[in-house]
Amino acid sequence: MTKQTPLALWRRPTFWPVALLALLWLLNAALTPNFARIEVRDGRLFGSLIDVIHRGAPVMLLAVGMTLVIAMRGIDLSVGSVMAMAGAVAAQLIAVHDAPLAVVVAVPLVVAAAAGLWNGLLVTLAGMQPIVATLILLVAGRGVAQLITGGQITTFERPAFQFLGTGALLGVPFTLWLVAGVTLLVGALLRLTPLGLYVESIGGNERAARLAGVRVRAIKVAGYVLTGLCAGLAGLIATADIKAADVSNCGLYIELDAILAVVLGGTSLSGGRARMVGALAGALIMQTLTTTMLMRGIGQEYALVIKAVVALLVCLIYTPRFRGALQRLVGREVHAA
Amino acid sequence: MGVRVWAACLPAGSIAVVSDPLLQMRGIDKWFPGVHALNHVDFSVRPGEVHALIGGNGAGKSTLLKVLTGVLRADGGSITFEGTPLVCGSPAEAVRCGISTIYQEVNLVRTLSVAENLLLGRAPRAWYGLSWRRMRMRAVELLGGLGIDIDVSRPLGSYPVGVQQMVCVARAVDTDARLIVMDEPTSSLDARETRRFFALLEQLRARGLSVIFVTHFLDQVYRISDRITILRNGRQVGVFEAAALPRTHLVAHMLGRSPAEVEAAAGATAAASAVAPERPAAEHATTLGGATPVLSVHDLGRCGTLAPVSLAARAGEVLGFAGLLGSGRTELARLVFGADRADSGVFEVDGRRVKIKGPRRAILLGLAMAPEDRQADGLVQDLSVRENIVLALQAAGRRGAAGGRTGSENAGCGDAGGRGGGFGWGARARQRSLARRFVEQLGIVCADLDQPVRNLSGGNQQKVILARWLACRPRVLILDEPTRGIDVGAKAEIERLVRELCRAGLAVIFISAELDEVARLSDRVLVLRDRRAVGTLERSRISEEAIMAAIAGKGGQEPFQQP
Repeated sequence: MTKQTPLALWRRPTFWPVALLALLWLLNAALTPNFARIEVRDGRLFGSLIDVIHRGAPVMLLAVGMTLVIAMRGIDLSVGSVMAMAGAVAAQLIAVHDAPLAVVVAVPLVVAAAAGLWNGLLVTLAGMQPIVATLILLVAGRGVAQLITGGQITTFERPAFQFLGTGALLGVPFTLWLVAGVTLLVGALLRLTPLGLYVESIGGNERAARLAGVRVRAIKVAGYVLTGLCAGLAGLIATADIKAADVSNCGLYIELDAILAVVLGGTSLSGGRARMVGALAGALIMQTLTTTMLMRGIGQEYALVIKAVVALLVCLIYTPRFRGALQRLVGREVHAA
Repeated sequence: MGVRVWAACLPAGSIAVVSDPLLQMRGIDKWFPGVHALNHVDFSVRPGEVHALIGGNGAGKSTLLKVLTGVLRADGGSITFEGTPLVCGSPAEAVRCGISTIYQEVNLVRTLSVAENLLLGRAPRAWYGLSWRRMRMRAVELLGGLGIDIDVSRPLGSYPVGVQQMVCVARAVDTDARLIVMDEPTSSLDARETRRFFALLEQLRARGLSVIFVTHFLDQVYRISDRITILRNGRQVGVFEAAALPRTHLVAHMLGRSPAEVEAAAGATAAASAVAPERPAAEHATTLGGATPVLSVHDLGRCGTLAPVSLAARAGEVLGFAGLLGSGRTELARLVFGADRADSGVFEVDGRRVKIKGPRRAILLGLAMAPEDRQADGLVQDLSVRENIVLALQAAGRRGAAGGRTGSENAGCGDAGGRGGGFGWGARARQRSLARRFVEQLGIVCADLDQPVRNLSGGNQQKVILARWLACRPRVLILDEPTRGIDVGAKAEIERLVRELCRAGLAVIFISAELDEVARLSDRVLVLRDRRAVGTLERSRISEEAIMAAIAGKGGQEPFQQP
């Protein structure tokens, strides 16, 4: 056995998404006025970068759960609807029942976890294809949310709850703390307990994992429940942010952003790899693009196209064929020099 | 036209044949990179005969058929069909020439109706387009002629596989096939379906059609075929009249032994008596006077997969499973391990009755299985050597690897894995040291522990799987073809390892297609044929020849039996 040689930096799995994010930020800092400026106002940090992270929080939260599910060759299309459901429940609890804060936070999360459980059971026990199983809740969930609010936008005033979306702790937006906390917790579960091994073995070779005694079904269900919880938390943030449960818009199409973030992060849809840091970087890349375009006054129609082009480029980098071609190109230049 | 050919290279016991063959393949050569897949193979089929093509894994059966049906191009040799040279570059051309193929998996469109499937591409037309009425009539007529009476407007997929298979045959007949190639057509049929299918074959034969029939079921070979061609390692080793070829000879030819040798060693009568009639496992225990078996299984079976089998695995013993490809060796191993669900069967571990509902339960009870297909069922290719080694131990959690239960009696591989368990938090360092110990003890050659397992050679991959199971300190280790596809050196190492493990008190179940390995290693050999256990050989009677004789059965006089 030879001594382990450290991997070249650019060969590490999370290098590309993080590098691209850094590049985007650097470009922005150079080209967009005020992008890199961070100032302290009223004892809290303000600035475009902070805003990017704050706005990107829901997608980042979703990406954390989605990474696990996708690494097990699943997918969860229902996260946006689950967000809407969680938001609707929270808003109703405040506006109609005037429930205490603990209840307002806990009950929506329980609902979201139950939604995840439902997805997980459909996939594992009923044996449905994940895309179909979660499509059901994608459609039904928003309907349920509308039933909960009676089809109206429920508005509320509850500073303690709004803190979730707009508050700051030690000068840093509370959403950031939440994302950091969830990321660290799930990251620790993945890397410090065997959970990551189970997840990647299920995604890599489910039959082998089963024959090795891995509780395939239980772990898959756990993945969906965790994704549900993340979606619930994202729903609470989104609702607290606007002081209202807007069920027909809350989390609309966000599942696509989350999936794209995971893919940008280097987790393959064919499973077997879980790259959480990459997924977070992916979510931030998307949000940075959105924020930049807003700041530069580029219209929504262009923004979408530009986002798509960036996503396409990153995904191309992940294909071995494209990378081979790129390497040959770079190699030739080196030779010529 | 009309070249009279003496069937080539006929060993003793076969009959020289004089007739105008329908198909004559002469001196067929086919090379794959580094492999001489077909070595000057001669093969001929007469009009109106069912010709069985027999051979073990890698014998060249499917390559030969692919050359015949235009899927592959031969590197040498000639093919004449109905007296004229056959040149076909694609399966479609072969069909036009009159050669149809029926595959193991029905290759028709299951969602279309039976009639549509039968007449796809040749549907009767009318001035307004397809004539559905005439199409149905044609289909009914066609199937009726073959004695099949079904509703042709129902989707093909709504019928059992046996019927689908027959529709395939009817379609072949309708495309004016003179030769139908059947690649394991009966492998997914039950006894009744097989009988009906054979009745259909008889009819084809009566009409003067020829059939090339590939199967692993020896009983079926004798039941239906007129002649048998045996291939081994890419060579044709003989063409025989089925009626004149004793089963022992057939098996000997397949395995590359001379029939005389087998007969001399085992003797037709001795062979029969050497195979003890099947007895319940409990009885074995009393006859051997041994301790309670670690694992005993009674009447374990699964409908359509394996007739009920009983067996017992004892500490410090190797129990071999022997049988030809498709005899049910792997199926039995999977049932024992809970990988497939059994219909019947009772398990006892240390004499205590237990239930094994899945692999996880089996592992917690102290079983381990290195599966036949390393790639599909064993390794997680993208994960590292370390992760692949610790996977089962981690998954088993504390209970499976509990040092206390199986304890020191199973020294296994030293004390490796002794402190196993579900490492919980902060496990990576311990995983590494465990993996490193196994890598050293088993001599796994890898650059480092975090290297993806896909980059390892076959032998090293096999050792990684062994390491995975040894880390769990099992009491019963099932090795399904552990030596397949690995080099000679690695084979010898694995044999040595099995002996060592046995001495350390493990019960090993050893499965291999190579009978010499089974004979060398096993203390007892369970012999399987055509998906049922036919007997157990005890230590004193184990020899390659005895196993072969048991596999062959009693000279083909047995009544036709279905699994």
